[in-house]
Amino acid sequence: MADVPDNAPEHCPGTTSEQAGKSSSCEGCPNQKVCASGATKAPDPAIAEIGAKLSTVKHKILVLSGKGGVGKSTFSAHLAHALASDSTKEVALLDVDICGPSIPRIMGLEGEQVHQSGSGWSPVYVDDNLAVMSIGFLLSSPDDAVIWRGPKKNGMIKQFLRDVDWGDLDYLIVDTPPGTSDEHLSIVQYLSATHVDGAVIITTPQEVSLQDVRKEIRFCQKVKLPIIGVVENMSGFVCPSCKNTSQIFPPTTGGAERMCADLNLPLLGKVPLDPRIARSCDEGKSFLNEVPDSPSAEVYQNIVQSIKDYCSNRVTEEQSTT
Amino acid sequence: MVESLIQNMEQTNDGGLAQVRHVVLVLSGKGGVGKSTITTELALAFRHAGKKVGILDVDLCGPSIPRMLSIGRPDVHQCDAGWVPVYADAQKSLALMSIGFLLEDPDEAVVWRGPKKSAMIGQFVSDVAWGELDVLLVDTPPGTSDEHLAVLENLKKHRVDGAILVTTPQAVSTGDVRREITFCKKTGVRVLGIVENMSGFVCPHCSECSNIFSKGGGEDLAKLTGSVFLGSVPLDPLLSSSIEEGKDFMQSFPNSATFSAINSISQALLSSLQND
Ligand SMILES: Nc1ncnc2c1ncn2[C@@H]1O[C@H](COP(=O)(O)OP(=O)(O)OP(=O)(O)O)[C@@H](O)[C@H]1O
Ligand SMILES: Nc1ncnc2c1ncn2[C@@H]1O[C@H](COP(=O)(O)OP(=O)(O)OP(=O)(O)O)[C@@H](O)[C@H]1O
Ligand SMILES: [Mg+2]
Ligand SMILES: [Mg+2]
Ligand SMILES: [Zn+2]
Repeated sequence: MADVPDNAPEHCPGTTSEQAGKSSSCEGCPNQKVCASGATKAPDPAIAEIGAKLSTVKHKILVLSGKGGVGKSTFSAHLAHALASDSTKEVALLDVDICGPSIPRIMGLEGEQVHQSGSGWSPVYVDDNLAVMSIGFLLSSPDDAVIWRGPKKNGMIKQFLRDVDWGDLDYLIVDTPPGTSDEHLSIVQYLSATHVDGAVIITTPQEVSLQDVRKEIRFCQKVKLPIIGVVENMSGFVCPSCKNTSQIFPPTTGGAERMCADLNLPLLGKVPLDPRIARSCDEGKSFLNEVPDSPSAEVYQNIVQSIKDYCSNRVTEEQSTT
Repeated sequence: MVESLIQNMEQTNDGGLAQVRHVVLVLSGKGGVGKSTITTELALAFRHAGKKVGILDVDLCGPSIPRMLSIGRPDVHQCDAGWVPVYADAQKSLALMSIGFLLEDPDEAVVWRGPKKSAMIGQFVSDVAWGELDVLLVDTPPGTSDEHLAVLENLKKHRVDGAILVTTPQAVSTGDVRREITFCKKTGVRVLGIVENMSGFVCPHCSECSNIFSKGGGEDLAKLTGSVFLGSVPLDPLLSSSIEEGKDFMQSFPNSATFSAINSISQALLSSLQND
């Protein structure tokens, strides 16, 4: 871990942080002088290495939400499945949720392990054209907990980007944990020498969720990450028995629709609550294959199409400006 | 004699937590399972049972409790013993201190790395003048990282009775909570029990029950790991809308199945704390 030397105290802020050499935990650390001099704050050489490594990845999409449990991982997984259903496209899904990795289960890869190859770690393949990487593949048992502070998580994310043998890709999808913290800062920072297409923001309809999601949008604006659009998930439930709709998570402040209008962002679609989505995730199957003709699958397909269009438009825009 | 002297010294060092009888963490490896909702409803249930309760909200990136208790964003003040909590009721039986109160702009994203979060939480946790409380509930963000370690480090100087783990029924959630149990073991926190939230939705139109997020996963996890199962709370639109509006669900819907579920969980928890 380049950020935290082995001989550093437990609360080391990381050699590249602004607090390096200055925080109270730095007192007595053998590296304090070097850190305080600012020498360690030079840009991490890994950023350039990652830039070179990912230059063969055409599109990079981050999936974000300030709120927990709104369906980021479910969406990331299904976006990956849908993009990979075109067998001419190479797709990869990277899970940077270090403390709560869900992707292995949702992709049906529980218990899989990564392999070390000559050119780095090789990801786990769901299909020939769909690769997955998650810290879950590095854990030896379902009871293992990853009790890591920020700097260590950052080191892992760096390794995922720099040391995984991704190969040539059309799409790299990145699933993130909730919030705006180390993982988010790191992924944006480590990808700063590459071109990121943008972020898809996931929310549920109620204000308890939107109030956190607005903060995430501010975060994107701060770090100049374009927003592809917003997905409202768990939007209403149609009773299978009487067909009436219940707003289980009520849009008391107008839901994602109102937020998108206020902030001038595209609303990509509203995915209803559907027990078959949760079940497919538990079973590690693609809901889009399991129940292709359901209303939720249809909404999903439309959203995926908008994202594809967004990505290809960005390519044309760039070509026309150069 | 010596012992009581030491105890006295500890009490003065304890500052704001000296008169807090029980401290319970609300944890989950998984996001959005209802940690903040369960924290809020348990606090309300305790209050209705005549207890003095406090909530400490340490979710820096997404503090939810102020909204759930309709407290908004008050100015907080300091007294000699530290930050004065904000009371949700005139009787001062429900106190809240949210780390969100200390942020300059509540709408601004808090984009902080771990060490900065730990430092802020460290200061904050030991510096609230709770006064006398029967139970202090600590609402945490999802995960097993900086915030959790910082909270524990600081609360343990006083006491931590244990943690309740919230999960939803499906495997995607119980899988994360299983890892959280290991976190508790490694950090020496007793698991007081598991709550299964959002289990089963009863259609208000036709009374048909749909298990939108599957069913029974919380109870199975409790069996698998030898933990106490505290009970399950149904997926109830009346609960989510009460939470949205910051209304007291426990007061408004005393005849609902959700009320009974939360009430029995709160009683089980109280008796397990008192039997200690
Ligand atoms: N539209 C839906 N209908 C029913 N269940 C859904 C829907 N979307 C997601 N789920 C289920 O809800 C749970 C939470 O989703 P998911 O794990 O994708 O959220 P997340 O935002 O990634 O959570 P975390 O913040 O913990 O990373 C999962 O069990 C998932 O299968
Ligand atoms: N039993 C329930 N019935 C209906 N809605 C619920 C229930 N439990 C929680 N909710 C709703 O689900 C949403 C998520 O709950 P909450 O914010 O409490 O989760 P959390 O675990 O604290 O999330 P985070 O990980 O983001 O902190 C809220 O809008 C809440 O009102
Ligand atoms: Mg997730
Ligand atoms: Mg919460
Ligand atoms: Zn019905």
